[in-house]
Amino acid sequence: MGSSMQIAYYPGCTIKASAHQHEGAALAVLRTLGVELREMAEWNCCGVVHSLTSDNLIRHMAPVRVFARLREQGENEVATLCDMCFNTLARANLHARQQPEQIAAISVTSGDELSYDGGAGVLHLLQVLRDRVGLAAIRAHVRRPLRGLRVYPYYGCKLLRPAEVGIDDPETPAVLRDLMQALGATVVEGSLQTQCCGAYHVVDHAEIVAGRVAATADQASAGGAEAIVLSCPLCHYNFDTLQATSGAPLPVFYYTQLMGIAFGLEPDQLGLEEQQIALLPLLQRHNLVHVKGEQA
Amino acid sequence: MTITMRAGGEIDELLRKVEALSSQNLAGCYQCGTCAASCPLRGSMDLPPDALILHLRFGLPGVLDRQTFWVCVGCDSCVEHCPRAIDVSKIMAALRQISIQESGDHLALAQLPETALRRLPAIALVASMRRHTG
Repeated sequence: MGSSMQIAYYPGCTIKASAHQHEGAALAVLRTLGVELREMAEWNCCGVVHSLTSDNLIRHMAPVRVFARLREQGENEVATLCDMCFNTLARANLHARQQPEQIAAISVTSGDELSYDGGAGVLHLLQVLRDRVGLAAIRAHVRRPLRGLRVYPYYGCKLLRPAEVGIDDPETPAVLRDLMQALGATVVEGSLQTQCCGAYHVVDHAEIVAGRVAATADQASAGGAEAIVLSCPLCHYNFDTLQATSGAPLPVFYYTQLMGIAFGLEPDQLGLEEQQIALLPLLQRHNLVHVKGEQA
Repeated sequence: MTITMRAGGEIDELLRKVEALSSQNLAGCYQCGTCAASCPLRGSMDLPPDALILHLRFGLPGVLDRQTFWVCVGCDSCVEHCPRAIDVSKIMAALRQISIQESGDHLALAQLPETALRRLPAIALVASMRRHTG
């Protein structure tokens, strides 16, 4: 099937390493939907976090450079899968639009190679799915509805805040809920869905992250959820490796993996065995995958 | 306990720096505590964000010795909820930057075991370095 939609694609560093199963699943799902993500010819790390202080201009250089390269290849819009890349790029873009004199100041330090006016757009993949592809088209591709599977969508912080770059209502987001329902899953919700998991404290204060992850997973379990579904590679790492709950740990899916299962794609395209907490037993229990060699 | 407060009306140097770096006016805070109530990491802080702002405004000693601004990861929950539209994340970022300028980096990556460096996602390491080093 030919692609009816093509969008420039910024992967970022983690998507190419510890979250590559998310990329594999996303590309497979998008092929099914007729969307082609075309990786940028040249890209660099976005810097991961937006620089918040007024005199630290040099830290805007990395994300602005991504937009400058995008423009050089004649594109005006770029999509990304990573929540942290999305947030950093979107905020740098806003900054470039609102304070062009600051971008000009850092551009001068690099021989004007960063010339950029903030005019391009950045999209999170969830926006592409919701706003460009549409839930009706996604629903039409479901071959194996996730009937009976109870999932807890976890948004974290970078998809939603600050509101000027967030992709959904920061208080009561719906995008993951609507997507999961379109796939036939049952959604369990709770107050901790939009609270930060502790993020990079996993590096040297993992106990902070473990506390947040346990509270959230406990809330999901108490609501009857069997799995957590999320988007951010850092949240994914934290929930997958630091989930020490009172009960059995909940498997952690990228939404792209659940889309792939519902679309009837081959499980080996979806990186289902690359998690610490096994995904397959839950999927087998719901008759959603069959391990090769096993009687269907 | 004796608390010494500035009474002469002179502008506290730390407060001035924080306001300049964060582009925030701390006098706008009316101490409602919404930031603390909405913070998912307040349990790990040694002073809630609203109290930290008060200490800064009163020029109380020891603000830069607190852990609060290192615990804050900038999730912007408080920013979303503040009824006075104060960007508390920027205030925390300013304090981190001043502390790093005065006392040096806050994270010793060299002390992390190599297994941890290999295992951790790049976004965790880069974010941590960006927030803890100059």
